[in-house]
Amino acid sequence: MSWLALTEYLANGFVMGMLYVLMALGLSLIFGMIGVINFCHGILFTLGAYATVSLKNSLGFGPALVISPMLVGALGMLIEVGFLRRLYRADPSAGLLLTFGLAMVLEQLVRIIWGTSGLPYNIPEALTGALPLGAFVYPKYRHFILLCAIAIIAGLWLFLEKTPYGMIIRAGSRDGEMVRILGINLRPIFTFVFGLGSALAAIAGVLMAPVAGVQPAMGTDVGTAAFVVVTIGGLGSFWGVVIAGLLVGEVVSLSILFWPPIAQASMYILMAVVLLTRPRGLLGERWEKFE
Amino acid sequence: MKGRAKEKRVSVSRRGFLKTVGVIGGAATLEGVRPWIGPAIVHAQEPIRIGQIVPQTGFLATMGMYGVTGAKIAAEEINEKGGVLGRKIQLIVEDEANPGVAAQKARKLIEKDKVVAITGTVSSASALVVGDEAQRAKTLFINTGANSDEIRGARCHRYVFNTEGSNTQYVSAVATWLLQQSDLKRWYFLTSDYAFGHDLLKVSQKLLQKAGREQVGSELVPTGSADFSSYLLKVKAAKPDLVFQNLAGTDQTNFLKQFKEFGLEMQVAGGLVDTALVWPVGVEALTGHFPLLWWHELKYPGVAEFVAKFKKLATDPPENQGWADYTTIKVLAEVIKKVNSTESKALVKGMEGHQFESLKGRTLFFREWDHQLIMPMYTVRTKKKGEPKDKWDIFEIIAEVPAQGQSAETIAIPRAESLCKMEPPD
Repeated sequence: MSWLALTEYLANGFVMGMLYVLMALGLSLIFGMIGVINFCHGILFTLGAYATVSLKNSLGFGPALVISPMLVGALGMLIEVGFLRRLYRADPSAGLLLTFGLAMVLEQLVRIIWGTSGLPYNIPEALTGALPLGAFVYPKYRHFILLCAIAIIAGLWLFLEKTPYGMIIRAGSRDGEMVRILGINLRPIFTFVFGLGSALAAIAGVLMAPVAGVQPAMGTDVGTAAFVVVTIGGLGSFWGVVIAGLLVGEVVSLSILFWPPIAQASMYILMAVVLLTRPRGLLGERWEKFE
Repeated sequence: MKGRAKEKRVSVSRRGFLKTVGVIGGAATLEGVRPWIGPAIVHAQEPIRIGQIVPQTGFLATMGMYGVTGAKIAAEEINEKGGVLGRKIQLIVEDEANPGVAAQKARKLIEKDKVVAITGTVSSASALVVGDEAQRAKTLFINTGANSDEIRGARCHRYVFNTEGSNTQYVSAVATWLLQQSDLKRWYFLTSDYAFGHDLLKVSQKLLQKAGREQVGSELVPTGSADFSSYLLKVKAAKPDLVFQNLAGTDQTNFLKQFKEFGLEMQVAGGLVDTALVWPVGVEALTGHFPLLWWHELKYPGVAEFVAKFKKLATDPPENQGWADYTTIKVLAEVIKKVNSTESKALVKGMEGHQFESLKGRTLFFREWDHQLIMPMYTVRTKKKGEPKDKWDIFEIIAEVPAQGQSAETIAIPRAESLCKMEPPD
């Protein structure tokens, strides 16, 4: 096994890891702020992919890439205002059941609107082919995914850390009541956060659309992986999720290289090991509301 | 902290999650109570109920929806003509989900719905357990979508019939092309990691030996994989002349798309292709030679009418799964009429050796000793950019296997090689 070949597997793991990070950050934000385990996350990923396929013909690849997550984000906000909001005072499992049901309804709607067999969608001409970096030759489109993901993760971090709105979200996740007492209305913030989380899932879907098949069930596996990543990373930890996402990507990719039979189970084995040694996840902190 | 409890919203803890699972489990159990509540009046002209177990979720779900439409059209055609034995056909569709659920659904269809027969299944793992259930309950089961030889081999049953082609039949079809390509010496197998894939790998390796080619690599891929990149790197490093893909469901789509993305240029062939899963690949990334069960542009009598009806219901034309479920319901109705009974025992006798025609331009029949439908298959090549006349026109048939005039039994497993030892007739 040459170093060059190993680099290729590491690169694959890194790119897939970045997509997991995008999904998991949305999931983690929503869970941290609203306390809802969002079972819709996988289907929001799918909707992002479908939106971009539908918009590509009229708008072109670039604009479709930007607008699709916004549309899905808006849908997320509608879900929060229309359904989820009513359940905040109810038993916590109500929110979970609602999103679980919504996921099925939305998946079936995708089938009704776009058909069951999936849609053809390919990498735009400008991004096909490979980009040689010395001896390391890797598809251009994977570089593109990587750059987009890094930009979004960096942007999100700056937003959460450096802006007053981000501060409110972080404080509100930690202790919502205290933030309310300080005179800040959290209602619109909840709506915004659910929208933001949805948009993040959609971005992952949009980026994955040309690579994986655009079909109604495309989000199922990635959605499950996102739950695993959040668990490994630790609730409420931005960098915990980022590290966990990349770790999962690498572990899956390297297990395919060295021991393929455990490829599918590898991320769950990793989760089990992490939970046994650090029950709150890699960088998870003690949050009173989740204890 | 207690004083704040009212303001503070409760959040989900691990215990809360477990409770939820309990609720879901309880709801599922209640399902079984329903027949006691429902009306128990039996009408003289009760419909003939037929169960259909198809995947509606997961990586095989696409196939399921085509199967449902195919069966529906068949039932409508039969009912428009007054049904069978003066009774209407009623289909009861259940989600196949996974082998465990499929077995439960089979029991439910037999015990609660009192179906005349069960049809369907796409996953070979499901078909095997549903077959066992059907045999135990002595209820007819017609497999419409599972390919493993094992279903008509080592685990064949008196009460199980197969409209879907077996892996041997499929591989025979692609073999006609592969055996001519003497320059494709080094093969690399990519195989779905479950019952179907394992079975198909065995059959395709047999072909490799027969053709005297070399295996340079073989990987089992977990089902429902979104990312094939790491497998494609392994393929690239092994430098094969041919990638032989034994993948199922959406894995076919993702594999072909990423094969193109990674710029691999060797030939592709496979032991299975599901048209509905290759449509979304897009003509730019299409490549390969495959065996096909049925194709909507066959020029045989009745095909155009069936395609038109199907398109009205589903917008897409029918493909292999649509054909298989359509054919199955039609044949079942024919046999019910022939034996003038809906008893499984009589139906099994009626099915064995039953001859019929179904949009394939020649007489087909269920072989008596392994209950496999004996029929021709088609070898296809994928079309290149600019060739298709519409988005469904992705294959060109390069051969009907075996050719018209030859016995279709030549591509099925010969009796001497089969492991099928069927229960004696009742």
